Amino acid sequence: MSCWQTVQDYAFRSLGYGERLLPRSDFTLCEHFTLIGSGMIWNVYFGVIALSLGFFFATALAVAKMSPRAFLRKPAEWFIFLFRGSPLFIQFFFAYFLFLSLKSTAPFWDPFTAAWLGALIVLFLNTAAYSGEIFYGALRSIPKGDVEAADAYGMTGLPRFRRIVWPTMLRLAWPAYTNEAIFLFHATTLVFFTGFPAWQQRGDALYYANYFADKTFNPFVPYPILAFYFILFTLVIVGVFGLINRHLNRHLPQERRAKMRIRPNMIR
Amino acid sequence: MFSYCTDPDTLGTFRWFSCYLTTGVHMQFYASFFKVLLLLAITAPVALAFGFVGAMAARSRIAPIGWIGKGYIAIVRGVPDIAFFLFFVIALDQAFEYLRHRVLCPDWTEPVRQGSDFLVCQQAKLPLGTSPEWVHETYGFFLAVITFAIVFGAFAANVLYGGMRAVPRAQLETAEAYGMSHRQTFWRVLVPQMWVFALPGLSNLWMVLIKATPLLFLLGIEDIVYWARELGGTKTSRFSDYPHGDWRMWYFLALLIFYLMMTRVSEVALERLMQRLTHGQATTGGEAQRKAVA
Repeated sequence: MSCWQTVQDYAFRSLGYGERLLPRSDFTLCEHFTLIGSGMIWNVYFGVIALSLGFFFATALAVAKMSPRAFLRKPAEWFIFLFRGSPLFIQFFFAYFLFLSLKSTAPFWDPFTAAWLGALIVLFLNTAAYSGEIFYGALRSIPKGDVEAADAYGMTGLPRFRRIVWPTMLRLAWPAYTNEAIFLFHATTLVFFTGFPAWQQRGDALYYANYFADKTFNPFVPYPILAFYFILFTLVIVGVFGLINRHLNRHLPQERRAKMRIRPNMIR
Repeated sequence: MFSYCTDPDTLGTFRWFSCYLTTGVHMQFYASFFKVLLLLAITAPVALAFGFVGAMAARSRIAPIGWIGKGYIAIVRGVPDIAFFLFFVIALDQAFEYLRHRVLCPDWTEPVRQGSDFLVCQQAKLPLGTSPEWVHETYGFFLAVITFAIVFGAFAANVLYGGMRAVPRAQLETAEAYGMSHRQTFWRVLVPQMWVFALPGLSNLWMVLIKATPLLFLLGIEDIVYWARELGGTKTSRFSDYPHGDWRMWYFLALLIFYLMMTRVSEVALERLMQRLTHGQATTGGEAQRKAVA
């Protein structure tokens, strides 16, 4: 079977299209690359959606944590502590079994036990908590002069936040937020190793890498391929976020710009 | 456990739970918490040692050693750690068995990899097929510790490398001016001073290490996650004296609270340590302490 044929069969296997049966023996390198790459679709899906939705929630959390009013500040503090203080791995398990118990009460909860929604919610809340803390730190280090200048121009409330505080916060938080994005992208590999089932063997990249390693008892082929894909996508994230960073800093003289420091990874 | 536990069906709620939570399997569940703490206690210093060696290698003046050090840091940090956990457990096991195979059975001619099999001679198996259960468990735990140490060693190496570079250059120049050799400068000036710069990163790392411990489950250790899944699952009266529905949610809630408490305690302890280390240092923190006393 030619490699092109394999690509046609398995390129969208993780979504349920193409060949139903996974290869069972005589694994070729092409099969490794295609299936693990197919699984990456899920990692990208989880990463992109959770990050883009989490961004807005994180902003709200940071502002709430900054608030002088206790009824806004306390819930935000607790939320951030809850999600930053416990392992994502346990959060996944807990959420899955929580949804499973809810499922027996109403059919509304059915989709929540599937990874595409249930795990996405956990990742969304988790990244919101982590980025919320980053944004909160940035909010605290906004130069006093910027805000005073805004006051002097008579800006208050929402206009001041939208035009002065928020852009500065983003600019200061961006290098750390880039790390968070890489972080989250790596964390997506946990999904199918917690309770969430890979229905009809539609799993993510690590799921397939693990499948190959289990079948061949040879970890030296699938995991380096997985690493290759992840390093590739990490570089893409760094590139895209670097462009945004340049945009955020475009008004500053060259030497004052916040330097991007690539500090990927660690588990949560 | 208690004398009234002989017939659980007749008990009231409180007594039923007091019996249920003290059964033999629950004791094993509680013991697995100590397994986690033990892993932390062993891994943290080993990973720190790995990190120290890695950082030393990364700033070595001999180029190839420098490349190895930097490569180690870069590769481990660029790939999801869970992939490393799954990878190293098999890879290390096969590496050990292969080495023993070469030493113990030199006259074995067949290749080790045959299709989907990894074959070594009987004497080279690790642990030996004849050894008792606890040897198997300890060996698994040992592999887990090495895996954690390799992965977290790279993170620690990165932090320590940064700490070493943060020590003011003038300090090292002064040491050189006093005629200290490279080695003396490193051990007497650089190493004692780098900790305060490395501590924020290291304490962050400790938090991450705590949160990485549930991954033990993936390495095939009977840890808290394993027991929570086992004990929480639905039990019918046929298999257990204490039948109950699906309680896994509550067990994982308990684990969640356990980890939250661990994080909180560590936060407080690390804050104290930081206070002590900044004492008398020429940093903003040390300066603030000096002013507070005065």
